[in-house]
Amino acid sequence: MMSIPEVNLGGILPAVVLCIAGLVVMTVGLYLRKGLIATSAIISLVGVLIALMANAPLRMLNKQAFSGLISLDAYTWFFNLLILIATGLTVLTSVRYFTDDGLNLYEYFVLLLFSAAGMMFMVSGNHILTIFVGLETLSISIYILSGILPVNLKSKEAALKYIVLGAFSSGIFLYGAALLYGAAGSLSLPALAKYFQAGQISRMAVAGMGLLLVGFAFKVAAVPFHMWTPDVYEGAPTPFTGFMSVGVKAAAFAAFVRVFFEALTALQVDWTHILWVLAVLTMILGNVAALVQENIKRMLAYSSIAHAGYILIGMVAGKEAGTAGMLYYLLAYTFTNLGAFGVVALVGRKGEANVMIDDYRGLAKVHPLLALVMSIFLFSLAGIPPTAGFMGKFTIFSAAINSGYIWLVIVGVLTSAASVFYYFRVIMKMYMESPETAPTKLQFGPAMVLALSIATAVVLYIGIFPTTYLNLATESVKPLF
Amino acid sequence: MDSVPFPILTAITFVPLAGALLLLFLNRQSKELLRWVALVAMLVDFVVSLFAYSLFDPSSAAMQLVEDHIWVRDWGISYKMGIDGISLFLVLLTTLLGPIVVLASWKDIKVRVKEFLISLLFLQVGMLGVFVSLDLFLFYVFWEIMLIPMYLLIGVWGNPARKLYAAIKFVLYTIVGSLLMLVAILALYYTAGKVSGVYTFDLLKLYDFPVPLQAQFWMFLAFFLAFAIKVPMFPFHTWLPDAHTEAPTVGSVVLAAVLLKMGTYGFIRFAIPLFPNAAMDAAWWICLLAVIGIIYGAWVAMVQDDVKRLVAFSSVSHLGFVMLGMFALTAQGLEGSILQMINHGLSTGALFLIVGMIYERRHTRLIAEFGGLSKVMPVFAVFFMAFTLSSIGLPGLNGFVGEFLILLGTFKVYPWYAVFAASGVIFAAVYMLWMFQRVMFGEVTNPKNLGLKDLSAREVVVLLPILVFVVWIGVYPNTFLKPMEPSVKNFIQQVENKRAAVMNIEKAKTHSSNRWAEQMLTSSTPARTVDR
Repeated sequence: MMSIPEVNLGGILPAVVLCIAGLVVMTVGLYLRKGLIATSAIISLVGVLIALMANAPLRMLNKQAFSGLISLDAYTWFFNLLILIATGLTVLTSVRYFTDDGLNLYEYFVLLLFSAAGMMFMVSGNHILTIFVGLETLSISIYILSGILPVNLKSKEAALKYIVLGAFSSGIFLYGAALLYGAAGSLSLPALAKYFQAGQISRMAVAGMGLLLVGFAFKVAAVPFHMWTPDVYEGAPTPFTGFMSVGVKAAAFAAFVRVFFEALTALQVDWTHILWVLAVLTMILGNVAALVQENIKRMLAYSSIAHAGYILIGMVAGKEAGTAGMLYYLLAYTFTNLGAFGVVALVGRKGEANVMIDDYRGLAKVHPLLALVMSIFLFSLAGIPPTAGFMGKFTIFSAAINSGYIWLVIVGVLTSAASVFYYFRVIMKMYMESPETAPTKLQFGPAMVLALSIATAVVLYIGIFPTTYLNLATESVKPLF
Repeated sequence: MDSVPFPILTAITFVPLAGALLLLFLNRQSKELLRWVALVAMLVDFVVSLFAYSLFDPSSAAMQLVEDHIWVRDWGISYKMGIDGISLFLVLLTTLLGPIVVLASWKDIKVRVKEFLISLLFLQVGMLGVFVSLDLFLFYVFWEIMLIPMYLLIGVWGNPARKLYAAIKFVLYTIVGSLLMLVAILALYYTAGKVSGVYTFDLLKLYDFPVPLQAQFWMFLAFFLAFAIKVPMFPFHTWLPDAHTEAPTVGSVVLAAVLLKMGTYGFIRFAIPLFPNAAMDAAWWICLLAVIGIIYGAWVAMVQDDVKRLVAFSSVSHLGFVMLGMFALTAQGLEGSILQMINHGLSTGALFLIVGMIYERRHTRLIAEFGGLSKVMPVFAVFFMAFTLSSIGLPGLNGFVGEFLILLGTFKVYPWYAVFAASGVIFAAVYMLWMFQRVMFGEVTNPKNLGLKDLSAREVVVLLPILVFVVWIGVYPNTFLKPMEPSVKNFIQQVENKRAAVMNIEKAKTHSSNRWAEQMLTSSTPARTVDR
């Protein structure tokens, strides 16, 4: 007897709302010519706000929906929230960027919303295929978005590189999933967990796990699967680079953690070893390569690789403390990095000019407040108190020490010390050097001011009063354990 | 006393912050107003700290004026502040120098005055926070916060030629040490938490926890690195001459007078009492480094042709004394060491001010450019002479008391070190007096020096309060030694007790494992006999 699967749209309502908002923007784009970008941005923001409301009830749930394809729990809630925040802030920082060039690229907002919806499916996935579908939805949108600038060759190059390598990694991921299916006979996470706990683990399953790990490592940009990051981050439109660096990373880490802690706990000892090595490589390479960058977007790209390394420490540390640390870190990183990229977008007015670190010379003289805000973001990235970034590093390092990974933490702090050099270099340019030509005044625009104010306020607030947010993170990882 | 409802230490720490926030909203063009606001904020802070001094009970060894609030409950992080005889005068020194440095920068800093004053006030917050924190987490936050304003002070208002290099060198050196210290703090937190069941960053509770010997070694090493870089001890001192030379006058003053004391204070407050066994084991080596620092600093100072660099190297030498007295771990040594921290803050701070004053007039600091200034600037000569003698350690001035106590305390434990260290006093006389002679005495050889103006009223106001304390400590040090005494005695007692406790635990461990081995042997013997 066939039973009709239970359809509960309430659980995926946030993603549905975003899709609808995307469709509305698409329709409006057909008719409207004047003020199209502003209108699209407003529609997107309204969509994000409604989705935030639709997301709220998930926090209290702990169940599966769609025949166990997706999980509705606090963990999903937390990452949905993160993704929505990232989307909202990105919309705000993008407005000026896309009104300046006069091209009316309203598709940007459509794809942004679609990719966010894909991320939401990915983080809620309780089945490898759901995760894969979410991953592809977001990836395809992102491939296009990286290459959306019409006449910019670098942007095209970025998109092409990303597609080729991304397709490759998706293939590997899928291959891993196929092997797992062959071994366990199912791809739903609870079923996989049961298979692995039963003890007779075939080599095929282990290989499948390895390939999944590679697929995720690619998306979070962990060394040695990071090669695409600098080029793509450099070529993509700046506000969108910010979104990629936090949104994709958060979604990928969310699925990574869910799959590995829910389905593959039986092999934790093994994959922890691999992740330990990945974390060390990622931190070292990311930070060392960032030291020598002259382009600020590339510098932030390597810095985002380095941050993936720190987040991996949380995964190595495991347990509730480690994963909660990852969540808190991602929250802090979202606001910090989006803020930093917002500033980069603002300074690089008219598209992709002024993206060299040297272009920040003397910024403090012309725009003292903007320089201050940027400094706060950079301090947070470097992990200097009392910012959110410091608390993030602190929680993760603390969890790792508690789990006995003291050498990993020592690598972490030493590479953090090195990172201070390149973050402070920007501050040095802003405050201590003078530009060769007289700098022109920047146009801010209300959306950018709003985005930067929110980001700054949050970075400082959750850095000084972290209790609520730490508890939030701890509460959100409960469904996994 | 402890029932004072007013959170006075919080007030001391954050009054400068309030000043900085106020400055944020003032127009950057009205520079005079900005300076006055900063000055008033610093003065208010000084008055509040004097009030705290009046509340301080000098006969008690306990932490006083304690404030304790929960910050992050689940992690046992608290907002806990308090002062005892050890930190009292460091707080007062910091607040005293606050208004002085604002005044000293009045004419010196002309560009970006607003940012300058805000940085200065922020720096004050960080330094005061370090001296009053009784929670490791809180301490760490203040410790790191202080980096940023100091970095800006050197990098923005420093000497254009090499300021960027000096600024980043300062930050990198410091941060490597402090991040490793963070690892040690976390390790301590978990080690203590796992054994006692109470996870806390509260320093006073952690004092009571006997850290196992092996762990002590590593944690002490990390703390040692962080503090030794800050002090700076030989061979971690190489950032100091650069930072001092390139920093603006006021930056050098704060750096020498207060910032370096954070390192020495860190040893007394954190490294030694938390890890007494490791500290005692390392004492011989640390004292050796201190003595090398004393002599090396003095020798290098001797050959400098730049007055400011000379004073910077003299700092390395003087801080060697502070470390030596501290790690002798005797009551006299410690008291001398704490007093010498204050002394060094006063006299070296004043010397940097003096150097700044001639630099403002002549825009050079090379000794060879000067000569015969005492004829042109008699008032200046008096102050300069007084601080030079104080730095050398002339009896009747402050430096003598501190160095005497340190040598006395060290001689009991390490007589040879005391002998070598004493030679540092002689070298100090050589390089300081030689420099003074070349700058101040003789004929005016350089015509540019003929028209120099003597000190203005403002400059006299800047130097006078320091001179008062220099003489006061020299003539009647008891005002300052008395409130330290109970705390120092208590400190030594506490360190001794804890060391013994750890030794007992370790002994019990080896003993029990021996017994376990014996049992194994005895129990296996009958088994064999049965076999036979």
